[in-house]
Order: sequence, then C-alpha cells, then structure tokens
Amino acid sequence: MSAEAPRVDVAGAARFSPGWIAERLQGVVLHIAVIGLTAAWMVPAAGLLISSFRPFSAITASGWWIALSPPFNFTLDNYAKVLSSSNLGHSLFNSFMISIPATIIPVTIAAFAAYAFSWMKFPGRDWLFLGLVALLAVPLQLSFVPVLRAYVSLGLTPVNWGFVGIWLAHTGYGLPFSIYLLANFFRALPSDLFESAEIDGAGTLTVFFRIVLPLAVPAVASLIIFQFLWIWNDLLVALIYVGGSENVAPVTVTLGNLTNSLGQGYHLLTAAAFISMIIPLIVFLSLQRYFVRGILAGSVKG
Amino acid sequence: MDLGLLLQDVATLGVVIVAVPAALVAYIVGSEFLVKLLPDAARGSVRPWIWVGPALVFVTAFLVLPAIGTVLTSLQSHDGAFIGLANYERQLSDFPTGGAWIAIRNNLYWLVLYTLFVLFFGLLLAVLFDRVPYESVVKSMIFLPMAISSVALGVIWKFMYWYQPGDATQTGTLNYIVVNFFHQGPKTWLTDPNINNFALIAAGVWGITGFSMVILSAALKGIPGELLEAARVDGAGEITIFRRVIFPLMMPTVVVVGTTLVIFALKAFDIVYVMTAGNFGTDVLANRLYKLLYQSDNPGGASAVAIILLVAVVPVLIFNLRQFRAVESRR
Repeated sequence: MSAEAPRVDVAGAARFSPGWIAERLQGVVLHIAVIGLTAAWMVPAAGLLISSFRPFSAITASGWWIALSPPFNFTLDNYAKVLSSSNLGHSLFNSFMISIPATIIPVTIAAFAAYAFSWMKFPGRDWLFLGLVALLAVPLQLSFVPVLRAYVSLGLTPVNWGFVGIWLAHTGYGLPFSIYLLANFFRALPSDLFESAEIDGAGTLTVFFRIVLPLAVPAVASLIIFQFLWIWNDLLVALIYVGGSENVAPVTVTLGNLTNSLGQGYHLLTAAAFISMIIPLIVFLSLQRYFVRGILAGSVKG
Repeated sequence: MDLGLLLQDVATLGVVIVAVPAALVAYIVGSEFLVKLLPDAARGSVRPWIWVGPALVFVTAFLVLPAIGTVLTSLQSHDGAFIGLANYERQLSDFPTGGAWIAIRNNLYWLVLYTLFVLFFGLLLAVLFDRVPYESVVKSMIFLPMAISSVALGVIWKFMYWYQPGDATQTGTLNYIVVNFFHQGPKTWLTDPNINNFALIAAGVWGITGFSMVILSAALKGIPGELLEAARVDGAGEITIFRRVIFPLMMPTVVVVGTTLVIFALKAFDIVYVMTAGNFGTDVLANRLYKLLYQSDNPGGASAVAIILLVAVVPVLIFNLRQFRAVESRR
C-alpha cells in the first residue's frame, strides 16, 4: 500500500513540460542514489571475496579491482591452503557442536516459561518479567568472572566436559531475549482460544502442545534462527568458556587467532573469512523472512 | 582430525539434541501429572512455577548471582581480601590517559558516533528504498553483513584499511582512493590514533546499519498512505513531508532503535579485538575487561570494569523498563 504511495505522480504534469522533466530527473537521481549507495555498501565484502580467489602474488602486488579486468587469474589455492594448514575444518565442526545444543536448549526452556508468563497467573509474575526485560540490557561481561570461577571449582572445563559449560552458559544468556520474544507472541494470541479450549475440557498440556505451539511456529522459527546465528557468530563467550585450543575452538575464535598470527600468510585470511561465513549466509538467505520478523519482534517496542 | 573422536562427538551431539528437549518435555508432562493429584485450589498456584522454574534457575545461575558475585569481586584483591574501592580507584586514576579512561573515552565515541551514523544511514536507506520497485533486493544487500560474525567483518575491513608503506602500490581500497583520487599520502587507518577509532566505528556502522534500516523501514510502512497523500495535495515538497510528517511519526521507533544501539556501542568488543586488539589507543571497556582477566590475571580489576559498564547501561535499562511499562498499560 504505502510502498506505492510516495511515487511521484507523473500524470499531474503534461509530457515534456518543465514539471514533467523535473519529475523524471528526480526519478533518475533516486535510482542512482539507491543503486550507488547499495553498490558502495557491497564494496568491502565484494573486495574481500574477489581477493580470496586471487593468487598470493597478485594480492600483494595490486588491489582486488585489478582482477576485474583481463587477464583473469583466479584460483582456489587460498581455500585449499587454509583448510589444510589451519584448524579451520575442525573449527567448523566445533561451531556446530556448540551452536546446535545451545540453540535447542534455551528455546525449549523459553517456550515453557514464556507460556507461563503470558497465560498463567502467579504472584510476582509482572515483576519477574520486568526483571527479564532489565536483563536484556545488562552486559554479559558482568557474569564472566564468577561463572568462570564456579566452572573451574566444579571441574566443568572443556577438558573434562567438552562443550557442556558453554551450552549451559549460552542457555542462561539466551533466555531473557528468548522468553521476551516468545511471550510477546504468545500474549498476542486471542484469549477466546484458551476459553473455548477450557470449555472443551482441554488441560494445560493439550492447550500448550496442541494449540499454542503449532500457532507459534513462525515465532519459534525466527527465534531459532536468531539464537543460532548469534551463537555461531559469537566470539566473546567462546573465548571465555572454551578458549583457543585446537580441539575445541569454534570458527570465530580460530579466525580471530589467524588474524593475529598470520603475518606472512595474511592472504589466507580472505578465504578463511568466507569459509566462516558460509553457514550463516545459507541460513540467512534461505530464512531471511523469519530473521527479519525476529528482529522486528525483538526490539522493545514503543 | 581423529575420526574416532569425530564420531564420538557426533554421537554426543545427537544424544544431546534429542535427550535434553525430551527430558524437558518429560519434566513438564510428568509434573503436570503430579499437579493433577493436588487439590483443585492448589493447582493454579503450583503449576506456573513448574513452567518458569528451569528458566528462573538458569537466569539466576548465569546472570543474577554472577552479577552479585562481580560486585563482590570488584571489592577484593587477587587473594580475596576485602580492599574497598581500590580496584575502582586504580581503574579511574590518572585521568585522562591512565586506568580505564582511554577505554571510557572510546566507548563514548562509539556511543555517540556509532548510534548517530547507524540511525542516519538506516533512516536514509529506509526512506530511499521505499520509493523503488526493487526494494527487497537492495534491502537484502544492506542487510547481509548482519548475518556474518564481527570477526569476519573485522577481516573484511582490515583489507579495506590495508596500508603499504612508502611508494608501494596501495592494495587497500581506501588508501588507493586516498592516494589516487585525493592525491594525499596513504593513511595508517588502524594505527594512527587520530583516525583509528573512527575507522573501527565505521566498520561497526557498516555491519549493523541493516538492523536499523529493517526496523525503521517497517515503521515507515506503518505510516498511513492517506496522510502523505494529504500533505502532497496541500502542496508540501518531499523534504517538507519527511521533516514534518514522516520523521515525527517515526520518532518512537528511532528512539527504540537508538537505545538498542547504545547498548551495542557500550558492549563493543569483537571488532576492536580483531582489528587492533585495543592497541594504539583504541581500547574499549569490554576489551579491557578481557585483557585484565586473561592477560593480567586481575579479576578484581576486570570486575570493576564490568561494574563501570553496568553503571553506563543503567540509564538505558531504566528507559527500556519505562517504555515497556508504558506499552503494557496501553494493552
């Protein structure tokens, strides 16, 4: 509707009159501005993508834009080399090992809690929910020192327990946002739904699993994508709880280490960066609709 | 890579992603069975706690108690003795270059510049894109950096800012432009203390603008078309319409996005860590905390920095709560 509205109404001015020409010109300027801005926005990523397919000698001798004109000289060497010489392959695997459970666990727990916050009455409910909204803004940094100390004294380190520590930490950190997002959705469901179900004698379990959850599939989907991308792309929490050692480091940590350690081999970084982006880009491009919905629902709306 | 280890880990993964949700569902179903055994009156007061229980346990264990722990640690020396505010004194001593002051100054740069530029670009792109038929395509392209990690973003911008000393050909995009179009010497974008903070912030702005664009664009589409039509019929120009009609109506959304960005700016870490590691005067509080914790083995100092960060967030937090309650009361 309103997407169409702002377009300038050309019919108002006669063809080739000064007004008509001015309006046409405005249209051209608009297209140039839109395409120019978008192209400029793409330059940094496009430059690195092109560089990643150039041989080392070319990367050091000239800028990426030279590669756009003949002779074309592209190679997969950087990708082959970085995969064979670094720990990136195993890191991708570690990223999956960290991200999948750390997505599923908090989303499940959040769904139960969000349902209770939306449709059950209990003392202190509103205050607790307000507390969760407050926690959305609290920096995670606040929790690192004590949690790390507790992990060390409980022996919950990567050496003994693999990724259990970071799964649990991500669960705790992801819950305020997850509950907030799902509760916003659950509360928007019409209350007649629950009343008629109750009249039919449906218990709490039936209402939740048979009515609420199926309706909430889009909200849950956008939350899953959100949480997954957030954990896959997370550097800080991974640095704190699993660290940089080869067998446990996720892809962000390995890429960060390569950035600091690859003095001479910096051209390999180009390929490494794109390898780290593959999964998020696939998830994002195929499920963009849900991702955007999650963003819109997640901001504390005024 | 050891294949045995791999298989073992995949097996673990399978067990975890099936067993944990199953256990949680079993917990809910099982306790509902027990709740049904209770007298009618008691059910309603027991059931909610079962449903919110696991969430409360996690949030308490990983956020609430640790926050209290951090307050205590910030008052202790390395061996746990109570030392009052000494950690804070050390972090806040020697203004303006000692302790955490450089990091605080840079967080202020981030707070102001990052927030304003992201809002500016988000609004500009939302309004421009709204007028072209290929809106969804250009939007995806601006939005794409949202999907990648800040580490990859740091690598992308490291290459943008690449510097070759002397007369060597500049292979970094920005220095090539500076040298060949503006006929100036190449800049050391990441090590020159006069510009490096702004270079880092620019990278951050590039990454997050899609976020503000998407939300602002949704708000823009929510403005009734008749309103804009009416203004046009009255002879208002496009710029007047934006200033007098569109912008005021979008103001609440701008504020919401702005507060979120302020939080992001205060928590800035990844970009700094990857691109400069906080050297050359680019440190920020989150990076300082990390360094104090891991390089200096100074948990007391790190905790004090965390509390400084919390104090900075509190106004935003209070604002968010007010906002939330205002919306609730309208429900």
